[in-house]
Amino acid sequence: MTIDNSTESIHTVEAEAKKRGFGAWLSSIFENKYIGLVALGIALLMPFLIATPYALNIMTTAAIFVVLAAGLNIVVGYCGLLDLGYIAFLAVGAYTAGIISKAFELPVLFTLPAVIVMCILAGLIIGAPTLRLRSDYLAIVTLGFGEITRITANNLTITGGPSGIFGIPGFLVIGHIDFQNPVIFYYLTVIIVAGLVLAAARLGRSRLGRAWKFVKEDEDAAEAMGIHTYKVKLLAYIFGAVWGGFGGMLFASHLTAISPMSFVFLQSALVLMAVVLGGMGNMKGVVLGALAISLLPEFLRDFSSYRYLLFGILLVVVMVFRPQGFWPPRGAEAERTKAERELAALANGLKK
Amino acid sequence: MDQVTQVIWDGLFVGSFYALIALGYSMVYGIIKLLNFAHGDIYMVGAFIGYAILTSLGGTFQALGLFALIVVMMISMLLTGTIGVIVEKLAYKPLRGAPRLAVLITAVGASFALEYGVSAIASPNPRGFPVRLDGDFVLVLGARVTLPQIILMLIAGVLMFALDLYIRRTSTGRAMRSISLDMKGSLLMGVNVNKVISRTFFIGSALAGAAGVMAGAYYGKIDFLMGFIIGLKAFTAAVIGGIGNIRGAMLGGLVLGLVESIGSQLVGGQWRDAFAFAVLILFLTLRPTGILGERVTERV
Repeated sequence: MTIDNSTESIHTVEAEAKKRGFGAWLSSIFENKYIGLVALGIALLMPFLIATPYALNIMTTAAIFVVLAAGLNIVVGYCGLLDLGYIAFLAVGAYTAGIISKAFELPVLFTLPAVIVMCILAGLIIGAPTLRLRSDYLAIVTLGFGEITRITANNLTITGGPSGIFGIPGFLVIGHIDFQNPVIFYYLTVIIVAGLVLAAARLGRSRLGRAWKFVKEDEDAAEAMGIHTYKVKLLAYIFGAVWGGFGGMLFASHLTAISPMSFVFLQSALVLMAVVLGGMGNMKGVVLGALAISLLPEFLRDFSSYRYLLFGILLVVVMVFRPQGFWPPRGAEAERTKAERELAALANGLKK
Repeated sequence: MDQVTQVIWDGLFVGSFYALIALGYSMVYGIIKLLNFAHGDIYMVGAFIGYAILTSLGGTFQALGLFALIVVMMISMLLTGTIGVIVEKLAYKPLRGAPRLAVLITAVGASFALEYGVSAIASPNPRGFPVRLDGDFVLVLGARVTLPQIILMLIAGVLMFALDLYIRRTSTGRAMRSISLDMKGSLLMGVNVNKVISRTFFIGSALAGAAGVMAGAYYGKIDFLMGFIIGLKAFTAAVIGGIGNIRGAMLGGLVLGLVESIGSQLVGGQWRDAFAFAVLILFLTLRPTGILGERVTERV
């Protein structure tokens, strides 16, 4: 029965493709299963095309941003929990890596277990009290937590106060190979990032991932079907936190200096924007969104003062006209079109 | 003893600002269950409108001091109210009936657009407010109380009193209350829901604009991100008082002001903001309905 269904759907897809021409051709390219490998290949070839220190710096930063977007996609895209303080996990990861590696003069890589433990703890501390709340309270509490994290980093002596931590040791040195070399560090980042993105995408298709999507679509129905929604949401939070921690570790060793100024709300909003624009729940779309958000400003230098204004307007416009993002997950329930929304509003008595 | 009364007075003064902004949050949330992130930024826009009017009118007008300030505050209230209505029409109205997540994200986008719109127009650097309200202080029970503080608190009090009357006594106020109870029912009873929602946005934004001008004149410095933290705190105040409850928002503002003032006295001023958010999280976990709020259940 299931086989029948799938062949049938393939036929309809093909029929659709014949009908829609260019759009379908484009989407068949995007939906190709090798698209991820192609993207990785392009990322690995980039240093052969352009290898100025500036370009490498930008590309490494963009790759770190991709990890953040992938992590936030677990929380927002898969599980439907709006987290407005996601950058706090980047801060926890970066500070843990920075403090430990500097205090014990260890390469940053060896702080990984501590980073993961701290991020799980941070996820628990933030998630445990808040995930029982109404969904919109959650948004503002995470925003508050993000600010508390920054203020704490700003005020404690162990985090170096407003000036932060500098002179963080390199990522790793094996023999004559110093991983701090920009090209090597870029490759390292791309490989770690690719692994994490793949892992997050696989996670989304696992049993847990299906539970997340169920919770996102209808929390009460999920609960009625026997999903422990609180546990599942907390797990989404913790996974998101760990991804953020990885990002933080890479961030700390990439810049070798961190300060509270790197963890302001603006950064959280930018990561959220990447997830929303790319298509909540679709890892490929989110990666594309993250690359767009982090690389576009480099091409739009002339408009730098209007950049964030445009981002804000874009966010509103996307939500009004294409709430599923530019590249929505395949097979997801189609978002309501404007007409359907109006119908629903009518049914709820919101409109005449 | 002197120090105690000083701390309490400072807390009440700052709290009255919070209360003014919390009112707009609470009204909008009470009626359409929307968390309007852009509300704090409307406060910032109010301050900038006040700044723009005062600088363009020049020195003689500024010399009028308090009178000039009140005139400017009125104009600023009208303009911010209109901006609030426009934001509602463009960003929130098309999404009625859409999933919660979509509306929240739109609200973040609107907030972003306002912040960086002002930053693009007025440059990102902080500005000094042209009219300052400072004056001699009098000692009341050992606390230093300045005349402008009393005037600003009086203005805030009058605005809140007027709003309370408006909501309890006028037909629009009754319509607002009925929509917050049952939107569909109000529609069937002939309430023009869209118009009432627009008016709610107008009033809430106008109050935030008034608070913006007052804050500019009191603190003397404005910048395009000034609404972010204060918006968060106003939300905290609304939650403390019981979100959706008008008197609760006023009470919550004063309570938050006091808690913050006492807290920063005890653990140091640099923890002031962290303290406020800790109170928010505590309240949401222990008593999410706030002091005066009724029990709300998430609709299925």
